[in-house]
Amino acid sequence: MNPLDFLLEPLSYDFMVRALATSVTAAIVCAVLSCWLVLIGWSLMGDAVSHAVLPGVVLAYVVGAPFALGAVIFGFLAVALIGIVRNTSRIKEDAAIGIVFTTLFALGIVLISVTPSQTDLNHIIFGNLLGVSWADLAQVLILGAITLTILLVKRRDFTLYAFDATHAHAIGLNPKVLGAALLGLLALTAVVALQAVGVVLVVALLIIPGATAYLLTDRFSRMLVIAPVMSALAAVTGLYLSYYLDTASGGMIVLVEGCIFALVYLFSPTQGVIGKRLGAMKRQRMLAAQ
Amino acid sequence: MSVPAIDVRNVTVHYGDVLALDNVSLSLAPGRIYGLIGMNGSGKSTLFKTITGMLRPDHGTVTLAGRQPALARKAGAVGYVPQSEDVDWAFPLSVRDVVMMGRYGHMGFSRRPKAADKAAVAEALERVELTDLADRQIGQLSGGQKKRAFVARGIAQGATILLLDEPFAGVDKRSEGTITTLLRELAAEGATVLVSTHDLNALPKLADEAILLMRTVLLQSTPAEVLKPENLARAFGLDVTAGDAA
Repeated sequence: MNPLDFLLEPLSYDFMVRALATSVTAAIVCAVLSCWLVLIGWSLMGDAVSHAVLPGVVLAYVVGAPFALGAVIFGFLAVALIGIVRNTSRIKEDAAIGIVFTTLFALGIVLISVTPSQTDLNHIIFGNLLGVSWADLAQVLILGAITLTILLVKRRDFTLYAFDATHAHAIGLNPKVLGAALLGLLALTAVVALQAVGVVLVVALLIIPGATAYLLTDRFSRMLVIAPVMSALAAVTGLYLSYYLDTASGGMIVLVEGCIFALVYLFSPTQGVIGKRLGAMKRQRMLAAQ
Repeated sequence: MSVPAIDVRNVTVHYGDVLALDNVSLSLAPGRIYGLIGMNGSGKSTLFKTITGMLRPDHGTVTLAGRQPALARKAGAVGYVPQSEDVDWAFPLSVRDVVMMGRYGHMGFSRRPKAADKAAVAEALERVELTDLADRQIGQLSGGQKKRAFVARGIAQGATILLLDEPFAGVDKRSEGTITTLLRELAAEGATVLVSTHDLNALPKLADEAILLMRTVLLQSTPAEVLKPENLARAFGLDVTAGDAA
């Protein structure tokens, strides 16, 4: 098979085109958000919110409301509950996060089991990339575009929030509003990514791209380019691999993300475990040659 | 006397049941440097947080540059230089990026820098002699340079009130001298500088006045007066001399 056919053959199926568009959109939106999450130290929070939206999505399905609405409500509910447990008991934050999100996730699973539905709601949990409808894709594109626009237009404020919230206060901005906005966007992003990889694996898309980009550059503005490019590449590669190897598409995408991270972790010229040494050896050789 | 730059009246702050500031009143004049000294837990950070707006006092009022604090902050009057340990030095920002954050209050919705903002940042960097290092990642500066970068952020912002939280911790003597000179120049131009410090020996050179804090203001006077052993003893406990209180 020539390489062009290799790339084009899957695209002759409509479901593959939709899967590709959905996964690339989800990958890009998640990757941009992940740049802030890894720097603020909100990876666990991302994990929590992306799981906790499940009952919200199921309830939204039951009453016929937009999934995004249910997701945002339960996203904030999760964050509020985590804050309450942490602040009003001796329980530490990681335990509070673990308790709240697993309980809400379990609630979602129970709700799914009692909800009669045409479509299989279990797909929300593991994703169903190959079963994405045109309507699903439209929702992903619209939500993705909204989320991405807000993130990019207000990116300097979010970075200020992540870096120095006290300064934000001192110049009259409200860091609480910025933090709440990021959490709301996190919930929206989770909805975008549900279709692609499912609740369980969303967190991978929300952490790995930002972490990978952070190992490659000292400039936040470049992270915002590297992370989505890397993640979109991973989504495309993962989807093609799943097509030809006949494996789970969501899982394959996350596996590719993980492999790219591993390569960068080892070979990044400035931060990589091996790459740093190779760079140092090269500099020494050049010095010796002079 | 002119309008005080920082006017704190009967401010009380609690963290839950813990009393952090007890009926604190302070009046700081423009053009002077104030040293804030007190033990850990004496309320120095709480006082800073009250001025920057992180904390709302339970009682009492704060007036900044003769205006309501929220308005003064919006106008960019308050510059803040954080403690080293409060900063993520691995954060992927350049020195110039950090100084530019001082301009955010003057920018539009998406904080896109205009020519005037870039000029203000360049001027501030020149002023603190970090122009050559402007494109370095902030963690790659020395201790003293890091402090100067944040002072530059306040300068670019046009702050008339500059708060520095322990700026001399982990900074060598020569850099400490450079920073002191810089702060003296800014004060001479009319800025009010409030510096919390453990370095009691450097206080007379740095500050016009010193404030002794122990949840409430024990004494506000000249550094020489505040550094008298009997006064320090009230803030730090007994048997403390100027040399080893830190």
